[in-house]
Amino acid sequence: MLRNSGLLALTAAVALGAATAVAADTPKKGGTLVLVSSQVPRHFNPAVQSGIATMAPGAHIFATLVRADANWKLHPYLAKSWTTSADGKSVTFKLRTDAKFHDGKPVTSADVKFSIETQKANHPFKTSLGAVADVETPDSHTVVVKLKNPHPALTLAMSTSIVPIIPKHVYGDGQNPKTHPRNIKNVVGSGAYILKEYKRAQYILLERNPNYFLKGRPYMDRIIYRIIRDSSSRTIAMEQGDGHMYPFMSEVAAIARLKKSDKLVVTDKGYAGIGPNTWLAFNTKEGPTADVRVRRAIAYAIDRKFITGQLHRGVSTASTGPIVPGSPFYTKDVETYDVNLKKAEALLEEAGHKKKDDGTRLELTIDYLPAVQDVQQRIAEYARGQLKKIGIKVTVRNSPDFPTWAKRISNWQFDMTMDLPFNWGDPVIGVHRSYLCNNIKKGVIWSNTQQYCNPEVDKILAAAGQETDPAKRRALYVKFQQILAQELPVYWIAVLPYHTAYNKDLGGPPVGIWGIVSPMDDIYWKKQPK
Amino acid sequence: MRLPAAIAKRLGYALVLLFAVLVLNFTLLYLAPGDAAETIAGEAGGASPEMLAKIRRDYGLDLPFFDQLYLYLFKVIQGDFGHSFYFDQPVTTVIFENLAPTLLLVISSLLIAISFGTFLGVFAARRPNGLLSQIITVLALLGYALPVFWTGIMLVILFASMIPLFPTSGMDSGPLGASGFGYIWEVLHHLALPVLTLSTIYLAFYSRLSRASMMDVLGADYIRTARAKGLNERVVIFKHALRNAVLPVVTFAGLQFGALFSGAVLVETVFSWPGLGTLAFDSILRRDTPTLLGILFFSALIVIIANLLTDLAYRLVDPRIKSAAKA
Repeated sequence: MLRNSGLLALTAAVALGAATAVAADTPKKGGTLVLVSSQVPRHFNPAVQSGIATMAPGAHIFATLVRADANWKLHPYLAKSWTTSADGKSVTFKLRTDAKFHDGKPVTSADVKFSIETQKANHPFKTSLGAVADVETPDSHTVVVKLKNPHPALTLAMSTSIVPIIPKHVYGDGQNPKTHPRNIKNVVGSGAYILKEYKRAQYILLERNPNYFLKGRPYMDRIIYRIIRDSSSRTIAMEQGDGHMYPFMSEVAAIARLKKSDKLVVTDKGYAGIGPNTWLAFNTKEGPTADVRVRRAIAYAIDRKFITGQLHRGVSTASTGPIVPGSPFYTKDVETYDVNLKKAEALLEEAGHKKKDDGTRLELTIDYLPAVQDVQQRIAEYARGQLKKIGIKVTVRNSPDFPTWAKRISNWQFDMTMDLPFNWGDPVIGVHRSYLCNNIKKGVIWSNTQQYCNPEVDKILAAAGQETDPAKRRALYVKFQQILAQELPVYWIAVLPYHTAYNKDLGGPPVGIWGIVSPMDDIYWKKQPK
Repeated sequence: MRLPAAIAKRLGYALVLLFAVLVLNFTLLYLAPGDAAETIAGEAGGASPEMLAKIRRDYGLDLPFFDQLYLYLFKVIQGDFGHSFYFDQPVTTVIFENLAPTLLLVISSLLIAISFGTFLGVFAARRPNGLLSQIITVLALLGYALPVFWTGIMLVILFASMIPLFPTSGMDSGPLGASGFGYIWEVLHHLALPVLTLSTIYLAFYSRLSRASMMDVLGADYIRTARAKGLNERVVIFKHALRNAVLPVVTFAGLQFGALFSGAVLVETVFSWPGLGTLAFDSILRRDTPTLLGILFFSALIVIIANLLTDLAYRLVDPRIKSAAKA
């Protein structure tokens, strides 16, 4: 109930703007919001650094051209309006004229051009602005983005700190933007909050920007990110009221525990844009898993319902394909491989894996990403037990840390691995990379490490990436999901059960598609905490 | 051997040891699969091959092993410990920020463990079969057997959820905390649980050690003589017996300083204590080799200094050591 009213309040607040008060709750000014987080940022410039640690505070410090609500709808932010040309190869943004950076200088088209160019040259998400050919600035508050080809993902990427607007007069001084000293000290954006202090790996202190271009906002006086490494300490901080919000919670036990608290609201809203997909990836090039029948057999043996219902105690949702259920391009109309051990064994038989005297047919290894135990190690262990039933002897290989795992997987030295790549909003940014033939790149983690290659899929993705008609675009992605579910380069299992716990006295919680990776200028205390 | 000569010799050893620490750790970290470029790409949610190559070039990770080692040692001799891959800051800056909290934690734990441990041990030794002695023994065994991180987590649960007397994470109350004397009180308040956790295990150890040593000494002839002289028990225990019984405690305090340091890694992680331990933990996970090498170097340095001080403390507590060394 609370969950829904929060969502409604936010949607309404975004739709109507701050000036119009929402009938039920009038946002009140003042107070401090304390977030508990495990994330240690390297610095605060999301134009050259991705990852939640930088992107979340970055989204409060740096404003973007547009912003998104909970229904994937885009709204004006630094841009008053935008229009796409008929051929889709030119997007014109009209900027607001009253926006200023924290140091008082106005935000102009030159800053936007500089931001786009800096992001394009330095950001790891190459496909987000890869299609940009040129940026024209006919006047100080008009920006024309010229594209090599139509690129419908453009505005969505610009709705979060994937494309932040950074000041040219600060970062355009010729220093390498990746190691610029102002990325960490005296950071200047045009967003709702100003970075006051960062005590490395301890806390981030953000203070209200008094000259924020959206009048009356933000409501909070300050936001503090308290960095607490130990997850049980984070949970306790929430229970005690020391923390007011705990985003990106992924531990099943902690979610279940905080759900019991009558002081907190626990929601899984706010992660549709990020789209964290948990899957079992196969080596489609070498070993027994190169045979699609073996991959299908494995899919038939692994029970998604058991994983989401029992292993995750009902807090995660099943994932049936490369695009997560929260996305507008998602279809549930695909082969789902409901558990069927007989069918699985028949497929293995057909693939020539006969039963030996000891009951085994073949041996495989399974790796897992050494993070988020509930959706990695635990599913790997479960898969071992399940696959034993159909005669596959599985060895679980542990990695002590991320680089060890990344080395193995990116050099294709694996049969199967658990993994959790993110969708990052538009499929062009986070989905295409895992399936394109030309993204099979040895030594690069989160490229197409399955080495899956299907020219037909490539063709569909190329078309979908450029299709400006939403209905046609969706049809292409539906086709893509159906083909992939047949060929199973990976077996998608569940959406990572990211949850946000927050104090029930908070109004306007971050439940939009980008969650806390958003301006956070609409959150307020309905009643100040003690 | 006279004191200055002894110290000079120790310093010589220390330099060789520090060199070995650097070379050995560098080699070990080089041999681990994967590197910082992968972590940086990983935390960024992916990267292109060009970007990986660029990161490796920027940090010199693409050079052959001996070139990397040579470059590193050459820089260290000049006092430059390199640039942290992860934090994008000079390693010395990062380490010095975290050094004081660790020293505060480790030294207060050590002092508490030694003083309370010895006190309990002496107390128990007086009536080795008494009820109190048995209780102390059981507590000591329990304290020694419990893994330090488990004790920490249990204390967090106990104090945070049930009796909210002490804060369970961090070193201060953050940006909205007090200043001046208020700040000192705030830090002490935050220090309570980490110190309790870290000192438990050593407190147990020292109490056992001093109990055994005290019982030994209490059976010696000169104690009987002292008692025969009619000295009161307090003088016998604290003046005649304790000074002799405390030697093994001093020895172990020096030896265990290193162990205490490594225990701090776990305690700091549990309590989010912003010291070298958490930094080491972060650096290991992120393959931030320069930072990790720097931490190991400074830890070795601190342990060496602690051992030197122990040596000096010996000579203070027991003048015979000096004469024995001379002979």
